[in-house]
Amino acid sequence: MTDLAAPRTGVTAGQGLDAHLVVDRGGFRLDVRLRAASGDVVALLGPNGAGKTTALRALAGLVPQAGGHLRLDGTSLDRTPPQSRPVGVVFQDYLLFPHLTALDNVAFGPRCRGASRAAARALAAEWLARLGLTDHAGAKPRHLSGGQAQRVALARALATHPRLLLLDEPLAALDARTRLEVRAQLRRHLADFEAVAVLVTHDPLDAMVLADRLVVVEDGRVVQEGTPADIARRPRTDYIARLVGLNLYRGEADGHTVRLDAGPALTTTEDLSGPVFVAFPPSAVTLHRERPAGSSARNLWRCEVAGLETHGDQIRADLTGELPLAADLTTAAAADLGLHPGAPVWAAVKATQTHAYPA
Amino acid sequence: MTAPRPSTAVGAPTGGPRRGRVRAPGRGVPLPLLVPALAGLAFLLLPLLALLLRTPWRSLPDQLTSAEVWQALRLSLVSATAATAVSLVLGVPLAWLLARVDFPGRGLLRALVTLPLVLPPVVGGVALLLALGRNGVAGRWLDDWFGVTLPFTTAGVVVAEAFVAMPFLVISVEGTLRAADPRYEEAATTLGASRFTAFRRVTLPLIAPGVAAGAVLAWARALGEFGATITFAGNFPGRTQTMPLAVYLALQNDPAAAIALSLVLLAVSISVLAGLRDRWMTTR
Amino acid sequence: MTTRTVRRTGRTLQAAGAGAAALLALSACSSSGDASSSAPRSSGSAAASGTAASAASGAKRLSGTVTVFAAASLKESFTTLGKEFEKDHPGTKVTFNFGGSDTLAANITAGAPADVFAAASPKTMGIVTGEKDTAGPPVTFVRNRLEIATLPGNPDHISSLKDLTRSGLKVVLCAKTVPCGAAAQKALDAGGLKVTPVSYEQDVKSALTKVELKEADAAVVYKTDVKAAGGKVEGVTFPESARAVNDYPIALLKNAPNPDAARAFIALVRSAEGRGVLTRAGFLAP
Repeated sequence: MTDLAAPRTGVTAGQGLDAHLVVDRGGFRLDVRLRAASGDVVALLGPNGAGKTTALRALAGLVPQAGGHLRLDGTSLDRTPPQSRPVGVVFQDYLLFPHLTALDNVAFGPRCRGASRAAARALAAEWLARLGLTDHAGAKPRHLSGGQAQRVALARALATHPRLLLLDEPLAALDARTRLEVRAQLRRHLADFEAVAVLVTHDPLDAMVLADRLVVVEDGRVVQEGTPADIARRPRTDYIARLVGLNLYRGEADGHTVRLDAGPALTTTEDLSGPVFVAFPPSAVTLHRERPAGSSARNLWRCEVAGLETHGDQIRADLTGELPLAADLTTAAAADLGLHPGAPVWAAVKATQTHAYPA
Repeated sequence: MTAPRPSTAVGAPTGGPRRGRVRAPGRGVPLPLLVPALAGLAFLLLPLLALLLRTPWRSLPDQLTSAEVWQALRLSLVSATAATAVSLVLGVPLAWLLARVDFPGRGLLRALVTLPLVLPPVVGGVALLLALGRNGVAGRWLDDWFGVTLPFTTAGVVVAEAFVAMPFLVISVEGTLRAADPRYEEAATTLGASRFTAFRRVTLPLIAPGVAAGAVLAWARALGEFGATITFAGNFPGRTQTMPLAVYLALQNDPAAAIALSLVLLAVSISVLAGLRDRWMTTR
Repeated sequence: MTTRTVRRTGRTLQAAGAGAAALLALSACSSSGDASSSAPRSSGSAAASGTAASAASGAKRLSGTVTVFAAASLKESFTTLGKEFEKDHPGTKVTFNFGGSDTLAANITAGAPADVFAAASPKTMGIVTGEKDTAGPPVTFVRNRLEIATLPGNPDHISSLKDLTRSGLKVVLCAKTVPCGAAAQKALDAGGLKVTPVSYEQDVKSALTKVELKEADAAVVYKTDVKAAGGKVEGVTFPESARAVNDYPIALLKNAPNPDAARAFIALVRSAEGRGVLTRAGFLAP
């Protein structure tokens, strides 16, 4: 687990975020290390209740830290109250002040940080222009669309020139169509942002599109960390495996054979020893009604269909038996096999389609 | 096959009730609600109607030209407004404290704050005398240090009215605050606002309707205040004799005058409340 | 029998009033002597038997409930007399409604069921006689005189009505619309004096309370009130009070539900025994 805490990006002592967040909340304990260099966009990814939002609130200073530390650009923020932290937050439902116009919402931060009314409004107008919102400067939040509100919220957070930008589920409040467009815009704005950005999401697609690096949090702890591609290829928990759509098993490798914790052995192309993960996509699984005679696939298990569901133009079969796994097949194939819950099947996976890596 | 069926099923009743609604008396207000609602309205309005019916209209001009009436009315309006101002200045922060700050004994404190609501006003007046009177627990120091005595003064009227009226404001504002999303304050904080600035520039505008409603309630209660006022501040024309006191004393030997005075108080309160309602309560 | 239900509610209100009055020494509102004596169950059956007793004329054995509306200043002495009456006539109950005479008079003319009315002034009794609600003319049974109530020990050395005109002295008077205020005004007029009080109180008890709580330095109240306050105030007599003596009339009411017992109660009040109790409370013989 120590390698998880180690910085993957080059964080120099004076720059970026270096945080060890420890929060106690009545039975729930959050203990997360986060490091990021200026210009990085880090996504905290995890299931509901994992503590992502709590981590964000700890970074903003909205929940007291029970331990750990928080340094931003070399300065400790442990004792800095939230209003004095160089941190900007885009809240989940934006929390635009309903009684203020878009312009005054954006001007609120600069005004609180000492700018004159005129200067604050000029700055706000500049930010709104940058985000393409000049036409809506005089609008009250209730007259803004979801995407516009999100951009106003972003402008409001950026107008204080934060050294750390926090985004809590920035796309969750949007409908599917707006989401696509806003995601692309947000990606552009985040790419332009010169300091550290941390966003919280439970949507792997948002995380992979928007972030340079993912930190997966489960039950208050970091379970995996890395680039989107790395995480998608080498999941380390069932949660991530499900998110990225892979069958994942833990086992003990001896050469090309992995003895899975789940029971049977599996042949891989990698030559490893010791504890490993083995992953393969559901599309790599082939199903047979009878035991395939003379099959080259050495990874063959006797299973039973537990459930079926359509998955795009495919059918996903959930199997139990010697090895629980998910398999994708075409509708025609499913009909040929006469698949139905309770039906016995043989499942095969080619060794070349599996991927093993050290645990 | 199944899809169209529910859609036609939905289509039919939407036309049905709408047509029925036009025909139905009371626009489809259910009878179990309508009957008690009208009874409640009658119950509230009948005494006021009786007051109007029994008003000695002929002698009314004489009653209303007496200087004492206008003196009492002016005093009532001034002191009720001042009491509302005191309630706002002290009550809104108190409501914020009760709604937003977690501290031990908060529930008990909340109950205590509302105590003047259930206390008979006369008892409230006695309690005020014991606390703030010339010889009272705190009043003694006011007298010794500042030479201030509250009983028998207009300030005493304001104190008595504020004591009785403030809980209405606190309850109203606290309710609004609890319903308001505290995360707006957090959002303001992350933008660099101190907790006070967040309250002043974000929370206060958000809860303005609740504050206005509470202030109107408090003002109305202060205007009608009798027991605590006469007990704590006494009764002296022009100084502490508010309209309710004048009405009560007139009732002793001149019921016609009492009715006339009540009518004036009623008319003034209705016009003020209606004016406020139009300006404040509906702009949401 | 509708009267009985009305009476019951009336008593319940009285009992509630008694609770409030016990909490306060300030009895602006009504109060009855003993809450248990006005329990609806006993009074209901007693009222029924009372009607039966009066129906069987000739039998002079008294029973049932006597309801007495009396001025607040009579509270102590009438409560004592009520207990005497119940002892003398087993099976009877005396329930009281003490309050401001004008309020009581208004209640009686509005139909409140009562047997006896004892008022603190002929004027308030006049409200009832004016509506022809009394059975026969009222009679004066006691008189009350004004005194100045001062703080214990009389620290301001008040010795005359004229002393009340001193500036800096906080004086409370009763409102001129209530009997004690009218009497005080008469006394001041008699002395050719003008007093500017800090407050015109709604009734005599409120005026007294202000002195008891040391909020006012002096009040013009009845001698009986000074006496009832015990050591909490000190009374100062003044000669002008002779010009403003208050007569207390008592009368049997026309719609008295229990006239026999009511007559007997009035007789007790006017007897030597009754007078003794009343003079001990500070009243003057008529």
